Amino acid sequence: MTTTTTAPTSTAVLDASGVTMRFGGLTAVRGVDLTVNTGEIVGLIGPNGAGKTTFFNCLTGLYVPTEGKVAYKGTVLPPKPHLVTQAGIARTFQNIRLFANMTVLENVLVGRHTRTKEGLWSALLRLPGFKKAEQESRERAMELLEFTGLAAKADHLARNLPYGEQRKLEIARALASEPGLLLLDEPTAGMNPQETRAAEELIFAIRDKGIAVLVIEHDIRFIMNLCDRVAVLVQGEKIVEGPAEVVQADERVIAAYLGEPFEGAPGKEEAAEVEAAEAEAHSTTEGDDK
Amino acid sequence: MTKTTDTTVDTTKVSTAPATPIVPLPSAAARALAVAGSAVALVGTFLAWTWTEEFPGNLTVTGYPGGLQVLTLVGSLLTLLFAVSGYGVKGLRWLTPGGTNSPVLLSALGVLGTTGYALGAISYELGGLVNLELGAYVSGAGALLAVIGALGLPVDQPYDPSDPHPHLWGRIRHALTAPEPARAKELPSWAEILVIAAGFGVGLYVFAYGIGTEYSELFIGFLIVTGFGFTAVTRAGLLKRLSALTAKHRNVAMAAAFVAAICFPFTQTNDQYALIGANILIFATVALGLNVVVGLAGLLDLGYVAFLGVGAYAAALVSGSPQSTIGVQFPFWAAVLTGALASLVFGVVIGAPTLRLRGDYLAIVTLGFGEIFRITMNNLNGNSGPDVTNGSNGIPNIPDLEIFGFNLGLSHSVLGHELTRSGNYYLLMLLFTAIVVLVFRRSAESRIGRAWVAIREDETAATAMGINGFRLKLLAFALGACLAGLAGTVQAHVSYSVTPEQYQFAGSVPPNSAFLLAAVILGGMGTISGPLIGAALLYLIPAKLQFMAEYQLLLFGVALMLLMRFRPEGLVADRRKQLEFHETGQLDVPEDKSLPEGATGVAKAGA
Ligand SMILES: Nc1ncnc2c1ncn2[C@@H]1O[C@H](COP(=O)(O)OP(=O)(O)OP(=O)(O)O)[C@@H](O)[C@H]1O
Ligand SMILES: [Mg+2]
Repeated sequence: MTTTTTAPTSTAVLDASGVTMRFGGLTAVRGVDLTVNTGEIVGLIGPNGAGKTTFFNCLTGLYVPTEGKVAYKGTVLPPKPHLVTQAGIARTFQNIRLFANMTVLENVLVGRHTRTKEGLWSALLRLPGFKKAEQESRERAMELLEFTGLAAKADHLARNLPYGEQRKLEIARALASEPGLLLLDEPTAGMNPQETRAAEELIFAIRDKGIAVLVIEHDIRFIMNLCDRVAVLVQGEKIVEGPAEVVQADERVIAAYLGEPFEGAPGKEEAAEVEAAEAEAHSTTEGDDK
Repeated sequence: MTKTTDTTVDTTKVSTAPATPIVPLPSAAARALAVAGSAVALVGTFLAWTWTEEFPGNLTVTGYPGGLQVLTLVGSLLTLLFAVSGYGVKGLRWLTPGGTNSPVLLSALGVLGTTGYALGAISYELGGLVNLELGAYVSGAGALLAVIGALGLPVDQPYDPSDPHPHLWGRIRHALTAPEPARAKELPSWAEILVIAAGFGVGLYVFAYGIGTEYSELFIGFLIVTGFGFTAVTRAGLLKRLSALTAKHRNVAMAAAFVAAICFPFTQTNDQYALIGANILIFATVALGLNVVVGLAGLLDLGYVAFLGVGAYAAALVSGSPQSTIGVQFPFWAAVLTGALASLVFGVVIGAPTLRLRGDYLAIVTLGFGEIFRITMNNLNGNSGPDVTNGSNGIPNIPDLEIFGFNLGLSHSVLGHELTRSGNYYLLMLLFTAIVVLVFRRSAESRIGRAWVAIREDETAATAMGINGFRLKLLAFALGACLAGLAGTVQAHVSYSVTPEQYQFAGSVPPNSAFLLAAVILGGMGTISGPLIGAALLYLIPAKLQFMAEYQLLLFGVALMLLMRFRPEGLVADRRKQLEFHETGQLDVPEDKSLPEGATGVAKAGA
């Protein structure tokens, strides 16, 4: 609970409205509205299969939403992943998707793709700007590796990194595209408590760089520490949104996590129980996001 | 280069104390036996091996080794050097910075292989063992003793602790492995460059010798000796040392390689061998172009030879051949541009609809397009379609090129050396190879090349990183097509004529789609030297062993399967794969930044 709400004139970075995603008869995401403002860290929680990852895929253009639109800083985004990244939304993946046979540094350099312009001719003829641009990219990439604490491993293959560092590298790679909004899909899955703590610090540091963050996470303590606002997705629908403490105590959320219809829920369950259910959900989190 | 040998020798002694060698001999006796055996084999090559000159290679003369004897001689010399180096002799220690004893075993096996093959071939072709003379028995026995001695030497690295007592086969395989050499002491730059030059000189000599082998027995012996010899040199750690040097002086190494390649036609007096050289270059250049598509961008293209065909047909049509339906004669540079451009356009036209497919579908569609090209060329004959290509007759009588008044069709005398027609075209093609190498290297080491590799690794993640997947794949496809077209323009002139049947999916004459792909995979995907070496082997072996032409595809298949089983990364490992080995070896070792890490760390694709 360090520095919260440092957004005096908060403008919407992300504005998703009415996002719906149907796979045949299954509606994985149903009419979800969500805004993220500058300087905010927003959490997105929900039981397994609630449609969180699908929602991310809709935001980033990996899926074309059946309905609804996604706007970044006021402009509606076309559902093409590279254009979304170009516009300023970067993401990480729930099941790590690094370029396994490239080095750590190269992974981050790939993230710089949209922010550099050198084309094939420039590379073949080594036109004047080429060296300089390449050098700058490398410097920026190394800065990001320093920032995420991976600089010493710049020359290692991504696949040889330990799990926690692979997650960090995904973040560094996403940051390389100089986003205004970072989407993190379960950034601490599989991490031990210390690593999770370090990840929290990292996310705060990212926010302090002026990048808004939308994070999916099952670790409720992590969400409580981190987020200014939390949205809860259950069976594809956003049922609650608000400050973390409020959401945590909300009976509908508790019911959703305990798998009971919320009308009939007694409403006296405490946060501890949510956490217990949460931990259980966490232990079975091996989904696929595409 | 000599610094670390003492430690290597020491560690072998320490580590091998518990592991008994395969042949139970005291190690001193074993080494003496290996030395004596290889010396005897060497002496045997100076004696007559057979009595009649019916067996090729002149093996009847005493005091002057010829033919297959030379190969045994070279092999046993190598064995002798490695074995003596194991004594820690001062001037020879640099020979074995990696393994000390496995190179002895490997080169001894090479000697045994080639000598045994020679004796078998003599007895078989002349009808019986009676045709062998004393020298043959001397060399054969020497080789056998050397192998026994080498099997008695302690192994170079301790057994895997999880399996300390492997079975015989496991122990033999283990005896052929060796530890990586430690980092070399830095030499002055000029000395390192000299080493590189010497390395490429030896390479050129071996290659030219292989091309120049006049009968298939000699070529088979050559393959055995070079195969084992090369592995022995690798196990001894010399190759690693050399590649560290080439990685450090990349441009020098590149220049040295090209100088060596330029020297090749001057070593050949026979036009036929120079033609093999030129054809290898064409094949290798196209393979390198395919490596952009397959190795970098990961697009499996099974119809790649069509692009070579488009370039060749385009060049043939504007070559001024009397049979060309256009009947114009462009200057060569314009013909090259025409060919490259035609291929480029063809590449974009095929790529635009197909590159939206992934994986298997793309492979099938490109396979189809490759065949469609060939069939179309067959049908544009005035009967089944407009007359453009003369159908199956193709476009013959393509005139020789004349560049700046230099007629490539004639022999010229350069510095006292005769440069034949094929030699001329070889040098012209070398220029194109150089261009393609440069294009490959520069594109691979750029933002575009990284994007290609990213697409190959994980296309979804790549697009999520802002890469326009379709556009970049199309770029790779078109660039690959253009490079193949470039090679095609020269090919049309080298082979005098273009016909549809030159551009098949699989056939017995190398530049076809299946062999191109095999050259890339065999050599090593994503590298520069890999496809070049792979193409050279795939061209040379069938060209030299024509007696088994019927079994060629079968043997080819078997060879590919063996390769995929034992060395899936190809002959030349990608820098990234090298790095992987490098790292796994280093995982628990503290970072050592002061040493020339760059030597292996910065080694780019194909160094
Ligand atoms: N490509 C697809 N085709 C069909 N159904 C899909 C597809 N992707 C996701 N789904 C379905 O959509 C629902 C939501 O899945 P999603 O992965 O978004 O859940 P999630 O909230 O991320 O869950 P988790 O916490 O396990 O990661 C699931 O029922 C899933 O099976
Ligand atoms: Mg998910």
